Amino acid sequence: MKLAITLLATMAMSSSSVWAQASEIEQLRQELLALKNQYLEKIQALELRLQEAEQQVEETQTDTQDLAIELSQQANRTAANTFNPGIGVVLNGQYLQQSRRDYEFALPGFIAAEESGPGDQGLSMGESEINLVANVDDKFTASVTLAFGEETEVEEAYLQTLGLADGWRVKFGRFFSAIGYLNSHHAHTDDFAMRPLAYQAFLGSNYRDDGVQLTWLAPSELFWESGIELYRGDCFPAGGSAHQGLGVKTLFSHLGGDIGFSQSWRAGISYMMADGVERSIDNDLQDSFSGESRLWLADFIWKWAPDGNSNERNAKFQAEYFHRKDQGSFVNLAVSEQDLEATQSGWYAQAVYQFMPQWRVGVRYEALQSDELTAAFADSVFDNLGYKPKQLSFMLDWSNSEFSRLRVQFSQDKSRPETTNLFLLQYIAAFGAHGAHSF
Amino acid sequence: MSKINYIPFLSLLVLLSFSMATHAEVKVFACEPEWAALASELGGEQVSVFSATTGLQDPHQIQARPSLIAQLRSADLLACTGAELETGWLPLLLQRAANQKVQAGKPGHFMATEFVRLLGMPKKIDRSQGEVHAAGNPHIQTSPANILLVAKAMVARLQIIDPDHSVFYTARLSNFTERWQAAMTKWKALTRELRDMPIAVQHNSWVYLEDWLKLNNLATLEDKPGIPPSSGHLSQVLEKMQNQPAKMLLLASYQSDKAAQWFAQKTNIPVVTLPFTVGGSEQATDLFSLYDTTFTLMLEAYKP
Repeated sequence: MKLAITLLATMAMSSSSVWAQASEIEQLRQELLALKNQYLEKIQALELRLQEAEQQVEETQTDTQDLAIELSQQANRTAANTFNPGIGVVLNGQYLQQSRRDYEFALPGFIAAEESGPGDQGLSMGESEINLVANVDDKFTASVTLAFGEETEVEEAYLQTLGLADGWRVKFGRFFSAIGYLNSHHAHTDDFAMRPLAYQAFLGSNYRDDGVQLTWLAPSELFWESGIELYRGDCFPAGGSAHQGLGVKTLFSHLGGDIGFSQSWRAGISYMMADGVERSIDNDLQDSFSGESRLWLADFIWKWAPDGNSNERNAKFQAEYFHRKDQGSFVNLAVSEQDLEATQSGWYAQAVYQFMPQWRVGVRYEALQSDELTAAFADSVFDNLGYKPKQLSFMLDWSNSEFSRLRVQFSQDKSRPETTNLFLLQYIAAFGAHGAHSF
Repeated sequence: MSKINYIPFLSLLVLLSFSMATHAEVKVFACEPEWAALASELGGEQVSVFSATTGLQDPHQIQARPSLIAQLRSADLLACTGAELETGWLPLLLQRAANQKVQAGKPGHFMATEFVRLLGMPKKIDRSQGEVHAAGNPHIQTSPANILLVAKAMVARLQIIDPDHSVFYTARLSNFTERWQAAMTKWKALTRELRDMPIAVQHNSWVYLEDWLKLNNLATLEDKPGIPPSSGHLSQVLEKMQNQPAKMLLLASYQSDKAAQWFAQKTNIPVVTLPFTVGGSEQATDLFSLYDTTFTLMLEAYKP
């Protein structure tokens, strides 16, 4: 019995020792496994790093190759073109259909410049232009614009200072006057195919001449720019280069700013004094006017885009008011010299809305008004036929990119007592140097 | 003869000198919010910063507004991207603002792209390819590495314009560099799993981000920059995605998400709208949070 117990006891003991040994082995095994795993991880991490390093070497190699290629390309690019001026070309053309066959553009009571009106019936190339622009040196920038339609002419050619000092700027040569809003803009940036009637009646679409301009920008957060211009006075509404070639003087002042991030505006007032020496009209009676024209001009523009991001939707409203007083002498084939004093005014207001990318709609209303003069002026350009010219236009345009635009426009033209409906299709394309997004 | 009264002139002079004294800080006109943020980081209280655009605007399509002309008139430093990004409006601002200090060639004329290596040189410079940038892709702010390069160059300019505070700017730069390098290490670790991720993009806005994260750009919805995606091109991209799906479609917050959402519906590929610059989202308030949110948004959308 005793033996059995001791046997059992030793068996139990030995088994427990066997157990103990087994668990120790297990522990060791686990430790080894853990160690192995740890090393495996470390090795893997090292492998990964090695791979990354190898990749980086490869990438740097390809990068250097790319860089070498790029540099050679850059070298090629800088060779010939760097010092050339920016060359931009604008093509502009239209198709015009009139509801009246005998339609001939005229504004009763107003002297219209030669090139006014909607253009020729049918297909025609409108005024297209080539613009060259470059900095001359660190003090001057220059711009030349050649317009080519029926004939080629120098539309603008001027030098401008680059930051003279304290906000002063001088421009000289031939250029568009900064009076009003639309006047300094080239026609291809307009929102309608025709300039407003008021521009055609008062400034011959836009006033440009040989002259000099001095402007000053106030050092304030609110935009305030004022200027004075002196012109030769050879172009409509002046004529004959009066005062030894200093026939036109202008003054202008503009204020502008932002309202939050979504809205911006500009408003201004301008004054122009133009001397006309035998400003003659090529009509049946050979009207001719000599004297002074004083023109007052008020302009306002407001633009909106959600958060100032105009890509999706944007809107703008613009309006201008003109008031002119002509004083001088008038003569034509029917009457001998007559004193003339006439007041004329006109305005337009327009709204354009981009309702989705690439598409815009617009509407414009405009009206002119002139004094009724004595019978002596019957049938002359100053005879307003007891009538006030008016026009209402709608347009829709589509721009594939910033550089191309197609436009449909419908205008109900009541510039003469008989109403004419005008239907226009217009294309505008710009290529070459990137044009400016002026406000 | 008549005596000239000098008092008004003298008082005017005194007034002028006073106004000069109160405007001692450097006025920075930044074309984009990222350079405004960087100028604030580096200039601290010695600079006052104006940003011409916000994170919700398309920097290509800005008009030379009167307010911008007025702001540039009195700027000491113009900080822009360059590489033709602002070609539609900056030349006009420079002409109209009549400010000698910020004209091209002057120390006050700072173009960030001059200090980094540009990617995405167009193979063909022709507008039939859309609104291509001949100088290379200008959206350099999408890579954190570029920010550091621009920071160094910007401080050098600040020191030329405002030499009195040269030491101050050096200290600001080393402080910024330290913080930025730490942030870059953090971002690298955070985005490790995004490496080689196939993506699609709306506009080629992200080439520098792709380069920094080593992403694999499979397709661009806007096949020609500046021209909305055509349906023909979209269906091509769709076909491509069926064979080789992208993990996400990247979009800048100022861009229209119409094409992207349509695309997402067709393919089940998530659209990730990234801030693109400081102010592009509510979280992106400075340069650090810009990248924090950018990477967080990408990681949230990422499914391995």
